[in-house]
Amino acid sequence: MEGGLVFIGDLDLTTRKVLRWLVERKPLKDIVEWATAFSLWPVHLMTSCCGVELGAAYAPRFDLERYGSLPFVSPRQTNLIVIEGTLTRKMARVARITWEQMADPKFVIAMGACAIDGGLFWNSYNVVRASEVMPVDIYIPGCPPRPEALARAILLLQQRIRKRGLARHDLEMIESPIKRIDGSK
Amino acid sequence: MEVDSKSISTQAIEELSKELIQQRELGVTEEGERLIELQIGPTHPGSGHMRIRVWVDGDIIVRCDPDIGFVFRTIEKLSENRIYMKTIPLVERPSLLDTTPMTIGYINALEKLMGIEPPPRAKYLRTILAELTRIASHLYGIGIFAIFLGHSTGFMWGFGDRELFVELANQLSGARITYAYVIPGGVRRDMPQSFPDNVEKALRYFEKRLPDWYKMFLNNPVVEKRLREVGILRKNDAAKLGITGPNLRASGIEYDVRIADPYEAYDELDFMVPVADEGDAYARALVRFEEIKQSINIIRDALRKMPGGDIIHPQIARMFNPLMKKIYEESRRVKFPGVFASLKPPKGEATARVEAGRGEALFYLVSDGSPKPYRFRWTTPSYRNAILFKYLVPGHRLADLPAIYGSIDYFPPEADR
Amino acid sequence: MASQSATGPQAQQSQERLQAIKALDELASRLKNILGSLTGSITVDKKSMAINIEVDKSKLLDAAKILRGLGFEHVKSLTGVDHMETGIIELVIHIGSYRKGLRRFMVILRTKLDRKDPRAPTLINIWPSSELQEREAWEMFGIVFEGHPDLRRLLLPEEFEGLWPGRRDFAIVTRKAGEVEEPWK
Repeated sequence: MEGGLVFIGDLDLTTRKVLRWLVERKPLKDIVEWATAFSLWPVHLMTSCCGVELGAAYAPRFDLERYGSLPFVSPRQTNLIVIEGTLTRKMARVARITWEQMADPKFVIAMGACAIDGGLFWNSYNVVRASEVMPVDIYIPGCPPRPEALARAILLLQQRIRKRGLARHDLEMIESPIKRIDGSK
Repeated sequence: MEVDSKSISTQAIEELSKELIQQRELGVTEEGERLIELQIGPTHPGSGHMRIRVWVDGDIIVRCDPDIGFVFRTIEKLSENRIYMKTIPLVERPSLLDTTPMTIGYINALEKLMGIEPPPRAKYLRTILAELTRIASHLYGIGIFAIFLGHSTGFMWGFGDRELFVELANQLSGARITYAYVIPGGVRRDMPQSFPDNVEKALRYFEKRLPDWYKMFLNNPVVEKRLREVGILRKNDAAKLGITGPNLRASGIEYDVRIADPYEAYDELDFMVPVADEGDAYARALVRFEEIKQSINIIRDALRKMPGGDIIHPQIARMFNPLMKKIYEESRRVKFPGVFASLKPPKGEATARVEAGRGEALFYLVSDGSPKPYRFRWTTPSYRNAILFKYLVPGHRLADLPAIYGSIDYFPPEADR
Repeated sequence: MASQSATGPQAQQSQERLQAIKALDELASRLKNILGSLTGSITVDKKSMAINIEVDKSKLLDAAKILRGLGFEHVKSLTGVDHMETGIIELVIHIGSYRKGLRRFMVILRTKLDRKDPRAPTLINIWPSSELQEREAWEMFGIVFEGHPDLRRLLLPEEFEGLWPGRRDFAIVTRKAGEVEEPWK
């Protein structure tokens, strides 16, 4: 036959649908989740004094890099944000902007008693709760928690990712009822 | 060493201050369009918990403005609503690395108000813990300094060696970094039997390690090139700006609160204060290493001269109930008597100062006879050193900013309180 | 058991302390002579090794210049103490020296300011170390330092609502004994 075009449908859309179907199937899904679980890279945002124990956790004695976790520089290339310690108003705005800059799927660990409910500084006029700023996955109690507790939290997060399948990229943006600092949604 | 042997006339003071203020207004006027403002914000590995705003002309920093307050937890206001004992953990949290000198300072001010003095054994125990935390704090500072320069081995070694001293403090007080060990009238616990041997083992290991540190970090040609002649702080400026700590001692002024206004057991112990003359970043790093060596001497000396006896003031020991007395006699642990919940020092005020790891901290307590303080004011060394960003950084290249920042060892939670 | 033994290092220590107290008294009388009519009263606080000097607001700069000339060249702490009953905010300045003979002592300079409109001359030309501390005193108490080139917020975010948190009438949440907060309700 002559060299004519045969129209079989939108190639781009079809490819996307096929790929999505492939990724949802067993072997690829497990591999994607395993890879995400073992590459939870926290962003370099030091919120408050629990940062000392975070620094100690990535140091020789309690090496967390063996779980695949490496503190990295930019929010666009990381997928974990650890809120260590108290969130003040100035820092809460920065943490929220950083969290919004990160790409899905992203996870949040709230470390320390101050991130749970204010901790020792519960009645200060400059302290906000971590859950009011962003949705939190794992809470770690302690003041400050030992580096082993942080290691356990990362392991817990890994199990959660692999069991509940949180590493999928087509999750819709969860509209959680959280209040922004300046009152808008 | 004297600061300035000529007498200063008021005229000369005003001219010098005008010069400093003019230096600050550089670069804002006609050439404003050439400058680029950079915000090195909190989400940056080289900035810590603060924002540094720099105005650069090409590669040279023309003006620098520190934006602090990201960890401001209003401790002064909170302490007005709590009883005196509950402020002890509040005072510990900002400067989380050397917590003991801060609690010692607060308790010293409180004891001056109450008019009691702890027994000698308690003073020695407080001194030992303070020196252990000072070594840990300097190692943290050196580790963070190394990672700012890109020297990740320094970071790993600093934090790894620091674990030794944190573990020793754990044996003495029961917690890794937040001890709450110092209480009005003495200390909370006595040291365990194996403590002096463990300390000796740790110190001997660390002394063998120090030459490796020198080879790797201080005598490293790359580090030397980055740190020599960078961020030079002259003696006069250091005194005028009120800088404290190893930064001051690296500029030639031999001032240390442990010798100038001795507290606890420091006037009975034998140690020296290292001083350097150049005032650049290299001198500041060198002074910190030398201070670690001196702290090792202090700990050894204190363990040798440790007196026996009580660890809590007898006036407070008289208020124990029989169970507390039994626990105290058997295992030398102090359980708080009920009087601590309603501790009412007499009306008045007191000021105390201590030498923390980064410099001099001042505590000012005003009491009006009620169980809660009327006003508690404290100034931390990092707060006083914060002004160095404004006056020391301009004139350097942008790549020198981490070197200067790391060498002044500024810790933002401590500055913001 | 209550008193300290009078042998060895303890005796030397109390001897040295007595000498220091004598030097403190000498310094206080010297200051009385020099400052003369400028001050209201000079008292000595032996426990804190400090000399309290009370001045009137109009004489603050002159007294500061004289102290600067004597060798007290840096400010350790500058703050206010709020007295609501008498309607006064007291400006309390701790001044120190790095010189050999004066290191041991502190001078506490005090002024009374009116609570409704607290204004004071800036000390930045005499003591450059008071620059950031004056900003904090303004932010917390509302004391306006006339002549300060850059009086803006230091520690709180710019959009913080609420004025002068350091004053005693800025109320924060308190808990009475026995009251338990239940945030889950």
